[in-house]
Amino acid sequence: MKFLMTYVQSTKAPPTPERLAALGKFSQEMAASGVLLMTGGLQRPTKGTQLKLAGGKFTATDGPFAETKELIDGFALVQTKSREEAIELARRFMTVAGDGEGEILQVYEPGGGLPK
Amino acid sequence: MAPSDTHRAIHAIFRLDSARLIAGLTRIVRDVGIAEELAQDALVAALEQWPQSGVPDNPGAWLMACAKNRAINAWRRAKMLERKHGELAREADARADRAAVALEDAIDDDIGDDLLRLVFTACHPVLSTEARVALTLRLVAGLTTEEIARAFLVPEPTIAQRIVRAKRTLAEQKVPFEVPRGEELGQRLESVGSVIYLVFNEGYSATAGDDVMRPALCEDALRLGRILAGLVPREPEVHGLVALMELNASRSAARTTPSGDPVLLPDQNRGLWDWVQIERGLAALARAEALGSAGGPYFLQASIAACHARARAPGDTDWARIASLYGELAALTPSPVVELNRAVAVSMAEGPEAGLALIDGLKEEPLLKSYHLLPSARADLLARLGRMREASAEFERAASLARNVRQRERLLERAAACAEAARASR
Repeated sequence: MKFLMTYVQSTKAPPTPERLAALGKFSQEMAASGVLLMTGGLQRPTKGTQLKLAGGKFTATDGPFAETKELIDGFALVQTKSREEAIELARRFMTVAGDGEGEILQVYEPGGGLPK
Repeated sequence: MAPSDTHRAIHAIFRLDSARLIAGLTRIVRDVGIAEELAQDALVAALEQWPQSGVPDNPGAWLMACAKNRAINAWRRAKMLERKHGELAREADARADRAAVALEDAIDDDIGDDLLRLVFTACHPVLSTEARVALTLRLVAGLTTEEIARAFLVPEPTIAQRIVRAKRTLAEQKVPFEVPRGEELGQRLESVGSVIYLVFNEGYSATAGDDVMRPALCEDALRLGRILAGLVPREPEVHGLVALMELNASRSAARTTPSGDPVLLPDQNRGLWDWVQIERGLAALARAEALGSAGGPYFLQASIAACHARARAPGDTDWARIASLYGELAALTPSPVVELNRAVAVSMAEGPEAGLALIDGLKEEPLLKSYHLLPSARADLLARLGRMREASAEFERAASLARNVRQRERLLERAAACAEAARASR
């Protein structure tokens, strides 16, 4: 089964070179263990564009904050045998990445990969 | 968390680390059976302690240290026994010291090599194919015997016994815990690759209503393949195998209707293909190519799958390239099934007459005598040539050979449609 993980760090400071190196090493290990399908950084969600369709009317509103340009949050698509395994991967990632918050969403796969 | 949730979480953590744990321990104790027991002991200790103490920051290191202590204690007991006998005491002392040093080293070492040794050991040619599959899933993929049994539709004691026997065989035959070198490496990698591909195909052939453990075998095989590619990154055929599995797996969601009927490649909704997985497959194929792939069987099959994956619509498919790749594959691993596929590709590239000529050359092939895809492919081409009466008869023959009820129904429908068209044109 596949899970999408997202992570938003709570600090306002950009990551130190040491932390970036540790994160790079971690991603490499995850890829080598065959669980990581895709990963990437995201510009702060506050910089994102909010979308809405209400009553057939579509609106797109740009995020309001500009001062957090260098900050990058992350996402990863992983393939594991259970939700528990995905949670453990997220725990390990966050231990390396530092304080923050995240979410795990299971990818819907028709015809298979459904939880027991 | 309820205790059962905590235990599930601990089992999940253990699964992530168990292969490396067993690999590191095997290097020290030189016996996969003993190493696995030590790892299991560490799991039991974790199940006892972590619910109270919490999960340690580095669970892998905790489990390794715990298993190491068990191993040292076992050695101490053995040493004391030998002392009691008053013989070999000094030798035993030295051995215990060496073992302790080796245990310390094992924690700090990069254990990538150990994992590779474990993979080669589990897929060793002294074992039967069935034993290699069970042992690899157990030791490297971290599946339980129950999960393996459910996936292969075999009673659990059968799998348990298979694994016990395999470990005994490895010990009796004194199979060294090592990465083979030189010419042997290629052959042994083939053995590993075929075990992984067999696991993948077992999962790929699962049908609706099967236990969820069966389709999950595809994911297990992919994980094993990706691990292997990370361990031997300079082997093009390994990347070819990963590419083949990623590309085939990318079509999973489109291969069947919600009610479980198979959907053939040209009829699949390509929007349901997993494009992230296709990208991964194409990237693995490009790596194989960059490494100067000698055109091995996995590489060729992956290249064929890539031709389909690159086509956004069935009409965009590069059939000429597919036909030529099947030609290379047939030269490498001669098989009437490959020839049949080549004939179909040729018919798409050059027209139905050219395909029909090739298929007619296969009619006497004993291996295809009861293979429904031969008459059904022939029927297809006859229909495209407007020879409806012959097409109808061939579809009927195909239906009589089909093992699957749904397939048979489909073929009979096509036979009836062709017969109808023949009557209409008269």
